[in-house]
Amino acid sequence: MSSPHWLPIAWAGIAAFTVLAYIVLDGFDLGLGMLFLVEKDPRHRDIMVNTVAPVWDGNETWLVLGGACLYGVFPLAYSTLLPALYPPIIAMLLALIFRGVAFEFRFKAHSSRARSFWDLAFMCGSTVAAATQGVILGALIQGIKVQDDHYAGGWFDWLTPFSLFCGLAVTIGYALLGACWLVWRTEGELQTRARGVARPLAAVTIVCIVVVSLWTPALQREYLRHWDVWPRMLYVAPVPVLVGALVLIFWRAIADDTRHLTPFLCVLGWFFLCFTGLGISIWPWIVPPSIDIWQASSPPASQSFLLVGAVVLIPTVLAYTAYAYWVFRGKVGHELHDH
Amino acid sequence: MVAVTALGLARCQFAFTVAFHILFPSFSIGLAAYLAVLEGLWLKTGRQVFFDLFQYWLKIFAIGFSMGVVSGLVMSYEFGTNWAPFADKAGSVLGPLLAYEVMTAFFLEAGFLGVMLFGMRRVGRGLHFTATCLVSLGTLISMSWILASNSWMQTPQGYAIDPHTGRFVPTDWLKIVFNPSFPYRLVHMGMAAFLSVALVVGGTGAFHLLRAARKGKPPTEAVRVMFSMAMWMILVTAPLQILAGDAQGLNTLRYQPAKIAAMEGDWTGEGRAPEILFGIPNMQTERTDDAVAVPLLGSLILTHSLDGRVPGLKDFAPRDRPNATIVFFSFRLMVGLALLMLLLGATGIFMRWRRRFYDSKALHRFALSMAPAGFLALLCGWVTTEVGRQPYTIYGVLRTAQSVSPIALPGIATSMVFFVVVYFIVFGAGIAMLLRMMGGEPQPGEPGPNVREPTRTAGTHPGPAQGRPVGQAVRLE
Repeated sequence: MSSPHWLPIAWAGIAAFTVLAYIVLDGFDLGLGMLFLVEKDPRHRDIMVNTVAPVWDGNETWLVLGGACLYGVFPLAYSTLLPALYPPIIAMLLALIFRGVAFEFRFKAHSSRARSFWDLAFMCGSTVAAATQGVILGALIQGIKVQDDHYAGGWFDWLTPFSLFCGLAVTIGYALLGACWLVWRTEGELQTRARGVARPLAAVTIVCIVVVSLWTPALQREYLRHWDVWPRMLYVAPVPVLVGALVLIFWRAIADDTRHLTPFLCVLGWFFLCFTGLGISIWPWIVPPSIDIWQASSPPASQSFLLVGAVVLIPTVLAYTAYAYWVFRGKVGHELHDH
Repeated sequence: MVAVTALGLARCQFAFTVAFHILFPSFSIGLAAYLAVLEGLWLKTGRQVFFDLFQYWLKIFAIGFSMGVVSGLVMSYEFGTNWAPFADKAGSVLGPLLAYEVMTAFFLEAGFLGVMLFGMRRVGRGLHFTATCLVSLGTLISMSWILASNSWMQTPQGYAIDPHTGRFVPTDWLKIVFNPSFPYRLVHMGMAAFLSVALVVGGTGAFHLLRAARKGKPPTEAVRVMFSMAMWMILVTAPLQILAGDAQGLNTLRYQPAKIAAMEGDWTGEGRAPEILFGIPNMQTERTDDAVAVPLLGSLILTHSLDGRVPGLKDFAPRDRPNATIVFFSFRLMVGLALLMLLLGATGIFMRWRRRFYDSKALHRFALSMAPAGFLALLCGWVTTEVGRQPYTIYGVLRTAQSVSPIALPGIATSMVFFVVVYFIVFGAGIAMLLRMMGGEPQPGEPGPNVREPTRTAGTHPGPAQGRPVGQAVRLE
């Protein structure tokens, strides 16, 4: 049963898009949750939550799509990665449970104690979910031990200094996304405070990007193969160069009170470029360093069946998701003035 | 006693998480349809009472839906964490079905839920009604895909097995989706969701009718409308559901006779079989102790003839038998609850005829006590069909013991403890919140779920939360 060569490549592209969509969309939701740590004013907290309340569910759905795609399209990756990453995955799911219900529960809590509890759940759930996603990413990059199509490592293989550092990096990065989202979608005191926290967060994020970029090739020599070979170097060189350019633009925009959207777009750009860089490094593996996308693929009958739907449905989903964002456009906290 | 094994605990954990999960989407399926009907009636008749009820149940829907989302997220990863070999072998068939569910249903629900909850003032009535209908449609599409997937595990077809890897290879997607038990299960489960929500709505109405009577006040129009709509629904759906259950039973007899034998507590396959009403199936001694049986009824129910052959568990090797002790009782509990629902519907129509519908305390107490019956029956039915599928994950093809992940016992035990603690905190609090909201009476000019939106609580302008209720605001526009 030989698979056409292009089908797994197409699916790797869609899967990567799904993961990226999740990271950038739920990233700012989670980041905003973490910023509860520095924002105690209950009115500001309500505004923060309401900037994402109508859309967070759709954002999280990309994570479900990611799981379902892996399950249906790369089942071998699904069935080796999930046992290998069992503890952080379960921790992430439990954290997302607290975060998700807190959206509704905190508004409907019947006492101020209950409300504080769900605010805490929202903040901690967001933080743990972000940190575990980083740890999962780090554990994937450092490599998963596979033998005879089964996970062959131990219970705590995922726990290393590198994976913990990735956890920290993603947490800080999401918090930065959340802060920039607030700069865009809020105004007044809250916006000023978001601008204030964005600056140190951005500085730490940049340091993290540099450290992870240098640390990654040290884990698997092969990751360097697309970066240090002429002339392939030419194709990948724009990635670090663009990151540098966006850093400069970000720094001017964050200090400029008239720029509301630019910082957010810059940080989205960083995430996009880091993700692209990561993709270049691990290509064509899906479970480094043993399983590539062709080995992990389900039969062509499965991949083509789902591809037909994905080609039509994913653009449709993007269209009405854009509509939902458009319906709730504008600064939150100002709608009444429109009437 | 049975020793605790990693397999047993993995099954426990999956059963625990899915048992919680199954309740919330069922609630959403039924309630979304009810909300669409309420909003449609409001737009058609312009009667405020429908809008008040819509807003009242919309707040409850928002809470239930969020619990469905987060408990469902766990499911989409648990196939891999707990059942990795199963996912590896069957992911090629079940994964695409799940992915289609996400792409056609989850995004649709999530995309328009925001508009449904917060968008009334932003998009206008027509578009808002469209959003409500799309959310309801999403819940139905989602149910269809997940039941296609579940039914395929019960009655697999349209696949081949790769001789080298043992993996399933789909050969005919139409056969996979429209497998023999799918239509029956879809109808039975869909009606279960509608019936369960009708019972909850009816119970809520009954609660407020009783409270109004105790206070010596006449019940409000909203309470009467809610109770009446629910009781009509129960009257129509309960008998249909029993017919649907019978049809699914016949389908199961054809494709999964061992499950039927376990449900019936029958050990010997025979014609002119009795129906065991009560007894305790004993898996060790291979007999049903203390059985109370009605002669010939078993053949009559299952084959619709007196001398039709009914299977017995001894037709199957001991290692291929599902646990009859569990299935026998879960099935009977479900049937008993169904008969009570039928009785409730009949009592309701009788009281309408006697013109005592809104003041018969007996009817209201009965309806109130039946409020959780739908969900209880739904769980019993689910236990019957899933435990009845054992010892297989994919019936007749892949055994449960071959499906479990190579995760060590302490790992599963640790995560199990976390799941139990978190689920009881989160879903316990959530269900308490739902009950408290249902305990509050729907008010004229019922505020919507977005009353705490900061534009209305934090702004300098007094908002509907303090002044104008949203319902009236919308009417005035």
